Amino acid sequence: MQALLILAILVLAFVIIFQISKASEYVAVLRGWERTRKQTNRINAFMLLAFLVLGLIGVYLCNEKFKGRILGEPASDHGVLVDQMLYVTIAVTFVVFLITQIALFWFSYKYQESDTRKAYYYPHNNTLELIWTVIPAIALTVLVGFGIVYWFRITGEAPKEAMQVEVVGKQFGWEFRYPGADGILGKKYFKNVDPVNGNPAGQIWEDSTNKDDIFVEQEMHLVVGKPVKLVIGAKDVIHDVGLVHFRMKMDAVPGTPTTMWFTPKYTTKEMKEKTGNPDFVYELSCDQMCGRGHWSMRGVVVVETQEEFDAWLASKKPQYLVANPDKDPATPKEIPAAPVNAVAKN
Amino acid sequence: MSEVVKTSAPVSEGAHIAHPHEQAHEHHHETFVSKYIFSMDHKTIGKQFLITGIVWAIIGGLFSVLFRLQLGYPEESFPILETFFGEWAKGGQIQPEFYYGLVTIHGTVLVFFVLTAGLSGTFANLLIPLQVGARDMASPFLNMLSYWFFFLAGVVMLSSIFVHTGPASGGWTMYPPLSALRQAGDGQKLGADLWLISMSLFIISSLLGGLNYIATILNMRTKGMSMTRLPLPIWAMFFTAVLGVLSFPVLLSGAILLLCDRNLGTSFYLSDIVVNGEILPNEGGSAILYQHLFWFLGHPEVYIILLPAMGMVSEILSVNSRKPIFGYMAMLGSLFAICILAFLVWAHHMFVTGLNPFLGSVFVLLTLLIAVPSAIKVFNWITTIWRGNIRFTPATLFAIGFVSLFISGGLTGIFLGNSTIDIHLHDTMFVVAHFHIVMGVASFFGMFAGVYHWFPKMFGRYLNNTMAYMHFWVTMIGSYLIFWPMHYQGLAGVPRRYLDKRGWVSFNDFADLDKMITVVSIVVFAAQLLFVFNFFYSIFKGRKVRTANPWGANTLEWTTPIRPGHGNWEGDIPEVHRWPYDYGKDGREFIPQTEPVSAQETKSH
Repeated sequence: MQALLILAILVLAFVIIFQISKASEYVAVLRGWERTRKQTNRINAFMLLAFLVLGLIGVYLCNEKFKGRILGEPASDHGVLVDQMLYVTIAVTFVVFLITQIALFWFSYKYQESDTRKAYYYPHNNTLELIWTVIPAIALTVLVGFGIVYWFRITGEAPKEAMQVEVVGKQFGWEFRYPGADGILGKKYFKNVDPVNGNPAGQIWEDSTNKDDIFVEQEMHLVVGKPVKLVIGAKDVIHDVGLVHFRMKMDAVPGTPTTMWFTPKYTTKEMKEKTGNPDFVYELSCDQMCGRGHWSMRGVVVVETQEEFDAWLASKKPQYLVANPDKDPATPKEIPAAPVNAVAKN
Repeated sequence: MSEVVKTSAPVSEGAHIAHPHEQAHEHHHETFVSKYIFSMDHKTIGKQFLITGIVWAIIGGLFSVLFRLQLGYPEESFPILETFFGEWAKGGQIQPEFYYGLVTIHGTVLVFFVLTAGLSGTFANLLIPLQVGARDMASPFLNMLSYWFFFLAGVVMLSSIFVHTGPASGGWTMYPPLSALRQAGDGQKLGADLWLISMSLFIISSLLGGLNYIATILNMRTKGMSMTRLPLPIWAMFFTAVLGVLSFPVLLSGAILLLCDRNLGTSFYLSDIVVNGEILPNEGGSAILYQHLFWFLGHPEVYIILLPAMGMVSEILSVNSRKPIFGYMAMLGSLFAICILAFLVWAHHMFVTGLNPFLGSVFVLLTLLIAVPSAIKVFNWITTIWRGNIRFTPATLFAIGFVSLFISGGLTGIFLGNSTIDIHLHDTMFVVAHFHIVMGVASFFGMFAGVYHWFPKMFGRYLNNTMAYMHFWVTMIGSYLIFWPMHYQGLAGVPRRYLDKRGWVSFNDFADLDKMITVVSIVVFAAQLLFVFNFFYSIFKGRKVRTANPWGANTLEWTTPIRPGHGNWEGDIPEVHRWPYDYGKDGREFIPQTEPVSAQETKSH
């Protein structure tokens, strides 16, 4: 019913607009086409100026309304670089935006058609062209320079002391694997994936570095102030590890492992205080379209102190023991390291 | 610069149409079918592209209204949607798979069917022969085929909306493995195959058209029409065609490999996949390979969409400012630079795919380099209207709107082209806002400017001005209201293609904004329907054109009769003596290209 009403109103509005438009054309012809045209010209010139003024006020108001909802303090040291670059770029582009938009609309208003003015024949001026080739080129070089320096710092090798976590995306959730005491993620092979028998990650049990690896889902724990290197993969389609508060993002591609690293600056608890939001959590979002559940593919990142982290990790059982309950735990039998499958992939 | 190129003259003098004089008269056994359906007249083919483009624009626009309803009002239910879409909108709520189908078809249709075929198909066909002084395209038959392949592509795409499992829903980029695996979702079943077939047909259509445009521009210019006397829309169409001819085949290969992966068990893009609990045998493929193939077209595609709009805007601003375009040669040079650089920046869409960081930095440099020719163009347009005597026809307003949007959207490109910032903004609403302003809305503005400016040439009538001005102001204000605040969502990191953000702590801050955008987009869509109505009404009932040159323009299309027949000129094709932008020279308002240069004239250009 409501839809019908809206439809009826729309149709009515259409009919009215159409009638007005038709009538105004007749009136224009009767009053003299040229006179009406000139009047319309003046109105539109004024409207362009009004659009500029109101538009700039709108830009200001929009910023006032929304500036509190964007960004917030970056929660990683890489995020600080990203934000710096962002604010420099906003400043530079906003100046250019103002100059060009004001010139465009002001000239439109100022040089509207008038019987007393003749257009100025001005086909080219090489000095001007040179000026507005060189100045943007220099400005962009500066931006590119900073951008590339930051880019290499962010994408460079992770520090040696960085902890490793494997992140795997699947339709529609996240899986994580911690290397355990040996600090090495064991080898895996996708054909070994067998969630029913306790091997959701496809670990190769013959690889002895796998025996202490810990597998968890949906929630990743990190240590504050400690660099972390994420080894990223996907099981089915391309996903993307998006960590908005850390300003980090990296695709998760099936068959091609990717990596990224950063250092969390604040624990979840500290962020709750900083944001004044008791419900604050670091969220892990999928940022690459991955199918019908893409919009709800949410993971949680908990940043905590080293002690809290160690306690959490200690409470987890290595996946090897979950998959092979007979080996658990009173009788740890030494299994001879079998030759690792040649096609094994990490 | 002003010497006559003689080589082109004999070719165009009726060499391929045997009897130009006969052709020019209305009655040479033309049936309804040969005149309006399987027509070989470039003007009719142009109109066919335009009208088909309008139909697709309505469909694509309507889809955006549907998914905006979901975005603005995720908690509401709209029973009317269930009436029309059944299980796709169960309980009056758009289901996720359908939502992604809508997004995919919206993007594909608007990028390819409307802003590629509808824009350059229309105006390249209409303007190239008329402005270079030729009776028709180099090959009218291939030209006709180009339209009908496009039509066929449209039929296949349309049919995919009606299959049981729904249309393709992998996004307009159709990245595998999602788009390669039937198990990954309903839209990846028959819909994806139909999408790929439709795109392949479309690519054939583009290639046939593009080759024709290039051949016509190079070989069929009239006597005196040297390359540097070409109006800027023609140069823009030329570079557009070159971009298309060189990049579309790459997408075709990408689509064919994807079809093979889907149907023949190959592993071009597939490796190490466990989908829905099923372990696939494929090993050794690279999912990223497709992205390289796609964006090798995908980025030039942005310029395929933009360049014709730029060309037409240059022409319209010059004509209506009654002033020459400022820096004709710089405009040419920047078009050329954009054309070259367009091929060298594709990987900036892939900064966070795990691309080698060094390679990434090279693409940052090349991407930001492309801002330089863009800046030159903007400054030249502004200088063109400076000290002009501007007539605000609807076309002029849309041209000014184009420049404004191109500035706004171009500047946000500097954010995204910088890989450091892109880490944060990649695949967020910031990207959506950026490319809708700079590529979507701006090109639409160029297209509207073209339609309002050349409608009198197409149909011998004017569009209604009152409706035209309303159309402009609602669209202009609405576009900024929709896309300007959307940047803030992106800065907050809200990802694209999230149909409901209520489950998130970080992204649930913009419900009011989403509602506002939805309401405005419905109003803007209604304004476009007003334009469509004006368009069809004016074809039959518009005010008649009574002078051959209603805008007082210099270019050749206004030397033809008001309603030109097949062959365009009744007598000989006119000879050209000067560049097309002698406006306001020596105290004269305009000097047509056909007028010989007199001895007293000031020397310039």
